[in-house]
Amino acid sequence: MGFNIILESMPRFLDGTLITIQITALSVVIGLCLAVPLALMRVAKNPFVRGPVYAFIFYFRGTPLLVQIFLIYYGSGQFQNGLSQIGLWYLFREAYFCAIMSLTLNTAAYTAEILRGAIQGVPWGEIEAARACGMSGALLYRRIILPKAFRLAWPAYTNEVVFLLQASSLVSIITLMDITGVARVLAARTFAFYELFLTAAAIYLILVYGLIWVFHRIEYRISAHLRAAPETAQPAAGM
Amino acid sequence: MGLQGYGWLLLDGAKLTVLVGLSSMTIAIFLGLIASWGKLTSARFARGIASTYTTVVRGIPELVLILLVYYGIPTLIQDIASAAGVDLIIDLNPFTAGVGTIGFIYGAFATEVFRGAYLAVPKGQIEAARAMGMSTALTFRRITLPQMWRFALPGLGNVWMVLIKATALISVIQLPELMRNADIASRATRMPFTFYFAASLLYLLITIVSMLFQQKAESWANRGVRRS
Repeated sequence: MGFNIILESMPRFLDGTLITIQITALSVVIGLCLAVPLALMRVAKNPFVRGPVYAFIFYFRGTPLLVQIFLIYYGSGQFQNGLSQIGLWYLFREAYFCAIMSLTLNTAAYTAEILRGAIQGVPWGEIEAARACGMSGALLYRRIILPKAFRLAWPAYTNEVVFLLQASSLVSIITLMDITGVARVLAARTFAFYELFLTAAAIYLILVYGLIWVFHRIEYRISAHLRAAPETAQPAAGM
Repeated sequence: MGLQGYGWLLLDGAKLTVLVGLSSMTIAIFLGLIASWGKLTSARFARGIASTYTTVVRGIPELVLILLVYYGIPTLIQDIASAAGVDLIIDLNPFTAGVGTIGFIYGAFATEVFRGAYLAVPKGQIEAARAMGMSTALTFRRITLPQMWRFALPGLGNVWMVLIKATALISVIQLPELMRNADIASRATRMPFTFYFAASLLYLLITIVSMLFQQKAESWANRGVRRS
């Protein structure tokens, strides 16, 4: 087994790790910004608001991410003339832009569905109480429903972010040099297939479980009110 | 929307996608049953292996595992063989590598589903079966397994939905399933959007049919359960 190859390719893998983290973080943040309004529209009473959002979510959850990436990256080529005319072609030409766009739309759809469940899971009593206090509309959402929904959604959202981190490996197929991309290019050059793919797998394992740890810490922080009160401190011996 | 005679290629691909999906799901269910037994047993060794399996597999992207199995395993075996002084050339075919890997990955997800389902079967029923003189195996076959399906079906349905979409990744190792064929057609006709969109609609169709089937299966598994 070529340990030398693994050591020599470490700098490249570090670059790849940065790309993976960058793509994941950007998509998660933009995706969340899209998901909140989508979730609110998804629970709206007006079918003309709810319908299109439902269709969007259904499409992005019902088709493979790889198809979505290809549809945006290669598919946009079919409309090259039109896109050039409105001055957007230079964006769709970039694999990086297309990768972020498809991952963002994908995670927005999944996150919106998670948030919808959470919004509908907010206990009715809390909403009633807020209304009795005179809150309504935006204030009710901002102060009561959304904070509660975020807390309810957190465990499921953790899973979604982990899935997105892993799904970001697909961007290597459209030539981006993330962790998987680095492994593929180096493996094609050196034929050290299992050494390099095992290294990539190990890096993903570290990232995934690091991410899970961080999200569990946050979950612990935001659920302080649900834990039993800490026992009153016993005077420690010798103090 | 003209598919320029490439429609049949997509349909062929869709058939292979469903076949790949069903084969991988079978492997995943088998592995899931075995590994969930490993997680629930008191044997330390089996428990260690089962939890390593689920922990590791769920932390690695499917694509990396597919590439590792398809390209890595043959070279690994060849390296070991050549170290032992034997010359070997091994080629995995894409179907075996793809189905094996996808089944192996989703086996880890099925494990958690079965573990939860087993724990959901009331303990008193198992005790009663033992008191009737049934052996462990017979208890499992007659009492636990039939009821486990009821608790496991929603979870397995979710695993299937994710699995069938993950099969698109096997196109990377050139198995002519739906995604790969859409790729071929889009290159030949220079209409990538048309063909990837058509492919996505076929995936959507598979998802919709699966959802309907899941509803039927769940109501079948819940026959004889009184609803409130």
